[in-house]
Amino acid sequence: MTLDSLLLVSAALFAIGLAGALLRRNAILVLVGIELMLNAANLNFIAFWRFSAHPEAFTGVLFLLFSIAVAAAEAAVGLALIIAIHRHYKTANVDRIDRMKG
Amino acid sequence: MNFALPAFFAALSIAGAVAALSLRNLVHCALALVLAFAGLGGLYVALGAQFAGLAQILVYSGAVAILIVFAVLLVRERDEEQRHPIRWGNSLSGIAVAVLVFIAIARILTSDSSLHRAAPAAPSATIRDIGTMMMGADILPLEIIGLLLTAAMLGAVILALRERNAVKS
Repeated sequence: MTLDSLLLVSAALFAIGLAGALLRRNAILVLVGIELMLNAANLNFIAFWRFSAHPEAFTGVLFLLFSIAVAAAEAAVGLALIIAIHRHYKTANVDRIDRMKG
Repeated sequence: MNFALPAFFAALSIAGAVAALSLRNLVHCALALVLAFAGLGGLYVALGAQFAGLAQILVYSGAVAILIVFAVLLVRERDEEQRHPIRWGNSLSGIAVAVLVFIAIARILTSDSSLHRAAPAAPSATIRDIGTMMMGADILPLEIIGLLLTAAMLGAVILALRERNAVKS
């Protein structure tokens, strides 16, 4: 597999995640779309690490590990927010959560 | 590098991603998401980053997927929303934005011929080396990540706690 094909896979994942985040009504699936976009960025880390001049330095792998940790924290806080919003508004539909709309 | 295995895992993750964001049943979405994350983990392993692939499968296919399943169980949708899970009203603009983003990135990638290159020889990425780097040069980011995870855990618990004057449902 060449570098550009891996980057194309990553771009496709990013576009799918973006489409999901824009199209889906359920807040959980919006978060899933955002997670997929994050994963596309993680794939870029690994791809550029694998095809770099010095892959024995493990820079991309370590960056990916830290990125996964940050994404896990983001997922935990995001889902807690969705549960709190659902308790307050009795819905997780992002179209209905519009109290701050002018 | 063997072509078939990375291509298979890439196709698996893209198929899982499409299914995760297009299926109607939320539990099916979560299962498809596990497939997408596991495909990415397999892709990392096939590219020679064994530890990253294992971490991906542990954290994403394990922890994040379980979190999402729990959120799906706790957040029940009304029936009329389940019947129309996708905003078809502005779907055209959403799909157009996603396709435009993909075309823009793809044009940049295909126009640069220096990106079309094969991989160098696979490095021997042993877990021992990664551990040595994490405990040596990268000890400060590791500590900060620990702090961040603790803060995120406390924040998630506080956010999901019952509001003090909330109406009993």
